[in-house]
Amino acid sequence: MGRSNRAILIGIIFVMVGLIFIIRLFVLQVIDPSYKYYADNNTQRKITQYPSRGLIYDRKGKLVVSNQPVYDIMVVPREVVAFDTTEFSKALDIPREELVEMLYNVKKAVRARKISGFKPSVFYKQLPASQYASFQEKLYLFKGFFAQRRTVRKYEYPNAAHVFGYVAEVNEQALKRDSYYALGDYTGISGIENSYESFLRGRKGARYVMVDVHGREKGPMRDGRMDTAAVAGKDINLSLDIDLQSYGELLMKNKIGSVIAIEPSSGEILSMVSSPGYDPALLVGRERSKNFPILSNDSLFPLLNRAIMSGYPPGSTFKTVMALIGLQEGVIRPSTTFPCSHGFHARGISVGCHTHRSPLNLIESISNSCNAYYCYTFRAVLDNPLIESPKIGMDKWKEYLNNFGFGNRLNSDFFNENRGFVPGRDYYDRIYNGSWASLTVISLSIGQGELLTTPLQMANMTAAIANKGFYYTPHIIKSIENDSLPARFNEIHYTGIDSIHFEPVIEGMAQAVSGEYGATARIARIPGIEVCGKTGTAQNPHGKDHAIFVAFAPKDNPKIAIAVYVENAGFGASTAAPIASLMIEKYLSESIHPSRTWLEQRILDLDLINNEKQ
Amino acid sequence: MRSNSSIKSIDRITVILYLVLVGFGWLNIFAANTDPEGQFVFDLSREYIKQLLWIAISFATIGVLMLIDSKFFVEFAYVFYIITTLLLIVVIFAGVEVNSARSWFQIGSFRFQPVEFAKVSTALAISRVLSRFQFSFTRFQDLLILGVVWLTPVAIIILQNDMGSSLVFFSFLLVFFREGMSPLFLVFGIVAIGIFILTLLIPNYQIELILAAAFFILLYLKKYRRHSFISLAIAAFVYGLSLLFFLERGEANHFAAIIIGMAVASVYLGFVALLRRYGALASYLLLFWGSMAFAYSSDYIYEKVLSDYQQSRIMVMLGLKEDPLGAGYNVNQSKIAIGSGGFSGKGFLQGTQTKFNFVPEQSTDFIFCTVGEEWGFMGTSTVILLFVALLLRLIFMAERQHSSFSRIYGYSVASIFFFHLLINIGMTIGLAPVIGIPLPFFSYGGSSLWGFSILLFIFVKLDTNRTELIR
Ligand SMILES: [Zn+2]
Repeated sequence: MGRSNRAILIGIIFVMVGLIFIIRLFVLQVIDPSYKYYADNNTQRKITQYPSRGLIYDRKGKLVVSNQPVYDIMVVPREVVAFDTTEFSKALDIPREELVEMLYNVKKAVRARKISGFKPSVFYKQLPASQYASFQEKLYLFKGFFAQRRTVRKYEYPNAAHVFGYVAEVNEQALKRDSYYALGDYTGISGIENSYESFLRGRKGARYVMVDVHGREKGPMRDGRMDTAAVAGKDINLSLDIDLQSYGELLMKNKIGSVIAIEPSSGEILSMVSSPGYDPALLVGRERSKNFPILSNDSLFPLLNRAIMSGYPPGSTFKTVMALIGLQEGVIRPSTTFPCSHGFHARGISVGCHTHRSPLNLIESISNSCNAYYCYTFRAVLDNPLIESPKIGMDKWKEYLNNFGFGNRLNSDFFNENRGFVPGRDYYDRIYNGSWASLTVISLSIGQGELLTTPLQMANMTAAIANKGFYYTPHIIKSIENDSLPARFNEIHYTGIDSIHFEPVIEGMAQAVSGEYGATARIARIPGIEVCGKTGTAQNPHGKDHAIFVAFAPKDNPKIAIAVYVENAGFGASTAAPIASLMIEKYLSESIHPSRTWLEQRILDLDLINNEKQ
Repeated sequence: MRSNSSIKSIDRITVILYLVLVGFGWLNIFAANTDPEGQFVFDLSREYIKQLLWIAISFATIGVLMLIDSKFFVEFAYVFYIITTLLLIVVIFAGVEVNSARSWFQIGSFRFQPVEFAKVSTALAISRVLSRFQFSFTRFQDLLILGVVWLTPVAIIILQNDMGSSLVFFSFLLVFFREGMSPLFLVFGIVAIGIFILTLLIPNYQIELILAAAFFILLYLKKYRRHSFISLAIAAFVYGLSLLFFLERGEANHFAAIIIGMAVASVYLGFVALLRRYGALASYLLLFWGSMAFAYSSDYIYEKVLSDYQQSRIMVMLGLKEDPLGAGYNVNQSKIAIGSGGFSGKGFLQGTQTKFNFVPEQSTDFIFCTVGEEWGFMGTSTVILLFVALLLRLIFMAERQHSSFSRIYGYSVASIFFFHLLINIGMTIGLAPVIGIPLPFFSYGGSSLWGFSILLFIFVKLDTNRTELIR
């Protein structure tokens, strides 16, 4: 083969390839109509398949949160042709002017390249299913529009809004953090919707359909081979008892504060009331944009979950822990008595006390809630001759409190827990320039001073006492469909106090409710149930003191531990103790004993919010 | 060197074809990237504005190239080659990863691919090697040098995981063919591709059978009738024996049995060839075992060396696998876009398929879709005719060179353009596998336009001295 022949051969190869391409293109573009048909008469549309969110059940298996369909009206700007705006606005049930404005905004967004003219964008969000039925009949009139089914939450009870939290569109941070999300996706913003988002959300799918120029679906693209099915979110069971929760919210109506009930043997939260609350349905779908500003501007902060986010001084309820520390440190024994002459007086420092007989032993000091007894005990802990200085005593004291779950987040299912505050050596060194003694900080002994705890921490403390020395991290999740619970909820936390020391303290709490002499919480007595409780009052520099009551029942093998805070209600026995006892009774015997219905009525009638203002 | 006459003797046809292709290419990048209203926005973040900048840079570079003495390209061919080869290595460590290939340098928002310049310098270096006095495709030493110069960049580019660009270098086979390489190599190449596809389609032992059968038929046709029968009998007998042996051990190992049978038969034929001095017979034996080894190694390469992604692309291209969301999806979308253009197209900026983002990489590898959709068959066939015209013009120009360096370089340019055209347009219309290489002058991308312009205009410059022997 000569060289010039080879040149010709190469030229022929070039020409041949060019020819083959041209023939192929002629077939593709001129002869074969199928590709033209695909493109001209049909366009493909990727429809995201949104999974339905996992359902939420309560501890008895009652459905509490489910889903309801809504429809996002989508628009493909380039496919829109002129239509009757009056008809359209009627179908959507909005004023015509508003619709025209919306259409204008779409046009502007396309021009500003904020949205694509060729891809679907949301035009009108979350049309309720009831309206969609009539809208759908007219959809064919509006070319370029179509509806996309989504689901939003449906609440079976108007309660437990703080527990559930709410679901809303993802914000930009979440979009950046997790590549799963696309603009317009929903995600849990607070409460358990947020904590268990990864289980509840499921997995999105996609459907590719051919649609004709009228926006009507003409069937799946490539026989649906490209489609991926959405996977529904996992259902979860809460340890919440929805009936108890509703009852708690009813009792707390017109009061500010919170109620937390825990099952001591498991750490499961039975009820978490934060009052004032709101109906969770207010934050669903199109309602939210209207209601959210109203709720967040309310002076009583209904959106705040007081049960985990508010810190109060524990007041006299703290005496139980103080007694336990004294016993464990060996500075007191159950038989130890201390005198009280209307309080504790030393070196010019006085802590007052109400009138009662003196001296009292440990059990009596709890049932009578004697302040002096705990001032002595506190001093004995800090000024223990076996340790070098009160500062080391303070360290020990703080360690006990930390072991009880105070001063730190408990790591429950709620991510926005308040830590509370346990002052320690560093803190007092700072404010007293290093020179302070047990007397300086004596008010800590009766749960006052700088000490701050959340209602959740108080309920947890009560559970630890009921368990005689340990607690499980409080949690409201009971089970997740085909999945296990976070490991932290199965771990036992020990308080560092021997179980033997709990006997007199528990006896004191029992005496406080059912004792003969000086029982401070007599109002919490329930026929047939032995309740152990402790009253408390949290000093409130801004107004009337807050009433506190912690309790568990029954005394043997406790089933429920509870902490009740009622703001501005004064002494703990007045409001907090009745609410706690009614909750316990409701939970343990499911009905209120006829001898106590007057108490229930009194609480229901009590209005601390509006009366205060009058 | 008389630079005055040099400017006058620039090949006008090539320049015009270049300008038309670049201009039309830019219009399509504009169409693929503009917003629905088709407004021209002067914004540096826009691809069409960046491309405009690159066109200006390319024009300026061409101006410079025209002023450089042709001898420079010859003398510095190896220097360029070494520099770009080093850049190819450096980019593996200092480059950024795009589409899983580490082949881009990034400085600020400016990105370039050294492989575009490696094509130019390798073309220059190969031209230097092939134009050496008395270069021969039959002398081992010459072949060794050529092999090293040719395949070193290929190896490095494979290390970058840029399969597409490494394949481009195989276009030099056309140059070698023009310069005297035996056409058998082209035939071998085609046979090799055939065997490779067969290894994917059928079990290994069946390929062995086919190769063995082909071998015996070849012997028969080439007048070794008696020996073909004898060796076939030997092979069959030994095959049967070894298969029995394997069955005894509980495995029907046809694969090994055939190899043993053919090995014994080959020993017999080897003796015959040695005793009778049948050189041809010996070469057939070598050919047979060579193909056996190739079949085995290509199977090995496919299974062990290629990634799942590359495997799937090859399978889809061969129609052996449906992969609607992967490679097959792209090709299908691309065909719909091109097909929807019809005879005369939807008109400039009127394409919907490409703007829908249904077509992936619409301004780079799949820019031909925009041509097809908006300009129809008129547009696509015009583009192909323009390219074929350019290729034929390059052959014509190459053949009129007095200097063999210039001629070989001209063929290199034509072959590289041809390969890009073949693969890029071929893939958009479903005739070639989806390999990400750009369409010259059309695909968006600065370094590719710049590289192609330099590649072409070095030849245009060399061509101005076509009547001289450049040394
Ligand atoms: Zn007292």
